[in-house]
Amino acid sequence: MSQAPESLTAKLIPIYIMGKRYEVPETLTIMKAIEHAGYKFIRGCGCRGGICGACGTVYRRPGDYRIHVGLACQTVVEPEMVLTQIPFYPANRASYDYATMEAVGAAVGALYPELFRCVACNACTKVCPMDVEVMDYIAAVKRGDLAEAMRLSFDCIQCGLCASRCMGELPQYHIAQLVRRLYGGKLAPATDHVDAMVKKIADGYYQQKIDELKKMSVDELKKLYTAREQEPHQAPELWKAKSAEGL
Amino acid sequence: MKIGYYPGCTLKSRAKNLEDSALASLAALGFEVEELPRWNCCGAVFSLANDDLIHHLAPVRDLIRAKDAGHERLITLCSMCYNTLARANLLMKHDEEKRKTLNLFMEEESDYFGEVEVLHVLDFLRRELGWEKLRAAVKRPLEGLRVAPYYGCTLLRPREVAIESPDLPVMFADFLRALGATPVEFPEATACCSSYQIIANESAALEASAKILRAATASSADALAMSCPVCEYNLGRRQGDVRSKHEGVGELPTFYFTQLLAIALGLPQETLGLKWNEASSLELLKKKSYLTVSA
Ligand code: FES
Repeated sequence: MSQAPESLTAKLIPIYIMGKRYEVPETLTIMKAIEHAGYKFIRGCGCRGGICGACGTVYRRPGDYRIHVGLACQTVVEPEMVLTQIPFYPANRASYDYATMEAVGAAVGALYPELFRCVACNACTKVCPMDVEVMDYIAAVKRGDLAEAMRLSFDCIQCGLCASRCMGELPQYHIAQLVRRLYGGKLAPATDHVDAMVKKIADGYYQQKIDELKKMSVDELKKLYTAREQEPHQAPELWKAKSAEGL
Repeated sequence: MKIGYYPGCTLKSRAKNLEDSALASLAALGFEVEELPRWNCCGAVFSLANDDLIHHLAPVRDLIRAKDAGHERLITLCSMCYNTLARANLLMKHDEEKRKTLNLFMEEESDYFGEVEVLHVLDFLRRELGWEKLRAAVKRPLEGLRVAPYYGCTLLRPREVAIESPDLPVMFADFLRALGATPVEFPEATACCSSYQIIANESAALEASAKILRAATASSADALAMSCPVCEYNLGRRQGDVRSKHEGVGELPTFYFTQLLAIALGLPQETLGLKWNEASSLELLKKKSYLTVSA
């Protein structure tokens, strides 16, 4: 006898999505619970794997004044939670000329003068679903320590919740991305293997493959995508693809 | 035990000469200091509005970091950081109501009651070493160097955090004497350089600097010594602008007091961070043959 789907056997619990009560299976993630309740994602959902940062969610528990956060695709529902997704929060991104820009704190400060509006309230760090020490990396940028800011912000997935809570109105995650770009391209020591790979690509190593893909129909592309070799879950550290094609 | 050290943002960039020379000197004098493992900008100015608690978060958080790192004492080099941290510390010590609100707001941190002692390094040297011992440690006395000790505001005002009596301060002159230099008295030693007014009201700021520089030159000082990056900006970096806009202001080399300390202790030139000083400062040191390169 085949088993009933999980949604039919799991216990139902009440949750509040944007204030409205729904009964959802207690085993679901917030993202699946929202879909179970009848919503359809056309934004605010990307990788479903905790990487893309599209699904930042805030919630409260009864009797607790604190704001709790999680990625909707990674966080399992709790009874009586009151939640909403904040998939996007407006935050301006400065444009700059990477080639001529100097990798120093003052250059970042010139593009983002609001950096100096930080009062160290720490709301950004408290709201980060990735446990990034946001306030600390902003402090590091302010004193021009780009290497430290890079290190502290490395786990950022750009969900934007920090910007939503900032009383200084900083776009922290854009600032951090700029810092990592500056660090990666201008401060990190060069490595031979990366240089060799960059040269290989610049010399047109992938050009033929790309041209082939461009000519394919959508159906052909779908077939190719589905048939591709994937790294299995919990693969051992030394797992290698069978074919080196495309590497 | 190592003493906690709070650098402040400017000391990691433009005022690297203040940090480098101070840390090298402290080490040469046998003091072990340890930079706080985590710190943020101190906020630079102590907020005076009675209901503006939010601007106390930054300095208080730094004090909490010092306490959590196990430090009973926290040394600062920049006098603005000293002032902001010391005043925030007093607030946490004595204002029960504000302390409660701030601790409640920062519930993710340990509660703080003003336990850490905030010290400016000049005061620290006086207390922990004393001028006699400092004199004994000097390897290259700054003989014949006439230095105007410039306190500015934040080491002496307000009285609650003054490192000594603001009415007749002597500490800076005593320090310079211990280095073998000749401190010169000048009437503007505790005047305000106009601080951040240089951004909002440039002409008034340049005028304030002109007055200080004129007074120091009139006392035939060879150089001006100070401990604040904002003062250094107004009186050192912007000195060319002051001269071009105001009559009778001669060229006056400026130094952080810790640079003079490092020179007197015989430390090598690379600990001085001279690339951050104006050219006239380097010239003066060359003229006096004060520079050595490490072997
Ligand atoms: S959908 Fe990509 S992180 Fe949740």
